[in-house]
Amino acid sequence: MAQFLMIVVSAVFINNFVVVQFLGICPFLGVSKDFKSALGMGLAVTFVMTLTCLITYPIYTYILVPLHVEFMEIIVFIFIIAAIVQMIEMALKKYSPTLYNAMGIYLPLITTNCAVLGVAELVIDEAQMISILGISSMNIGVAVLYGLFAGLGFTLAIVIMSGIREKVNKLPINKHLKGFPIAMICAAFIAMAFYVFALI
Amino acid sequence: MKTDYKKIAVDGLITSNPTFKLVLGTCPTLALTTMAMNGIGMGLAVTFVLIFSNILISLLRKVIPNQVRIPAFVLIIATFVTIVRLLLDYAMPDLYDSLGLYLPLIVVNCIILARAESFASKHNVLASACDGLFTGLGFTVALTLMGAFREILGSGAIFGVKLWDFQIAFFSSSSGAFFTYAIFIAMFSLISGAVIDAKKRKAYGKINELKQENAVVFDNGGNE
Repeated sequence: MAQFLMIVVSAVFINNFVVVQFLGICPFLGVSKDFKSALGMGLAVTFVMTLTCLITYPIYTYILVPLHVEFMEIIVFIFIIAAIVQMIEMALKKYSPTLYNAMGIYLPLITTNCAVLGVAELVIDEAQMISILGISSMNIGVAVLYGLFAGLGFTLAIVIMSGIREKVNKLPINKHLKGFPIAMICAAFIAMAFYVFALI
Repeated sequence: MKTDYKKIAVDGLITSNPTFKLVLGTCPTLALTTMAMNGIGMGLAVTFVLIFSNILISLLRKVIPNQVRIPAFVLIIATFVTIVRLLLDYAMPDLYDSLGLYLPLIVVNCIILARAESFASKHNVLASACDGLFTGLGFTVALTLMGAFREILGSGAIFGVKLWDFQIAFFSSSSGAFFTYAIFIAMFSLISGAVIDAKKRKAYGKINELKQENAVVFDNGGNE
């Protein structure tokens, strides 16, 4: 139980993917203009991240490592991610058109989201995972849980950001600061808030 | 058709600088600019991948079918990233360790896919290589500038050489990264806006001068 809580707190707050590890900044800045699309993007990314961990971790540990072709990981992972995203898109189109209409536009963007490839690369780095989470050894359960909660951490950050930006967009802002710079200044304050968790 | 190499260079370095103007490849920019040296390392790694992926994509642009071009580009990029990773691990293990997770993430760096899609798949090999070189250098210069700024303020050093004891920890932290990037984009927009204004004013000034000269000539003609 304590271990489970540690994974949750570490993945969502202490090592938040967006504001602490700087993964998935492009959608964080690009798709955070309104609350609804931010939530949609966040949940879609969470789903893909969980599924990616579930597939890439066993492939790396049981196929690439025994064959001594660890250096192929980047090529293998990016193809798995692209395939997952493509399959989700086809499945959604066929079985749930409403969900497809809500999430469809974000799906192609997810393939090139660094948070997804980032989580796949992170969970296979056993030494780093052990030091972050304070666990004794890595297994597929921890990998999938970490993927799920890292995705939820991403969702939390992007939703907070969308809330702030909806307010900020109504303010009169200098034309040079408009757009990306002011969004990044907001992100700086969010990062400051998350910094408190690292002090625990 | 003649390719304008000067325009490619100016575009890549200044007018469509990937970091400050297009705001692409933000993840490594924010994460690795705590030190100027990391900025150079990341920038050059991206430049290498960009040049070679641009060359290969440009060579294969007539062979790759349009429907599968994105997976094909990603495969080419992933191959070069793997090569860079193996080379760095062998030649510069220190830099390899400090780039860490962000080295494999070059694959999903939007700059490379954007140049492949918008430039290399439409231009010849030499122009594509040039475009890769200058876009990569624009990225490198931007990362190095931001890295130097944050290193001087955040840890009172430059390229690892200690300058003084004064340091503001904020600039080494993650919120300092966002803040620095915001300042740099705003400054870039301010300066480039001022330069464009000055150019316009110069052009207007010339037109006005010509008008006045003509007017003088006309007046003289009238007096006589």
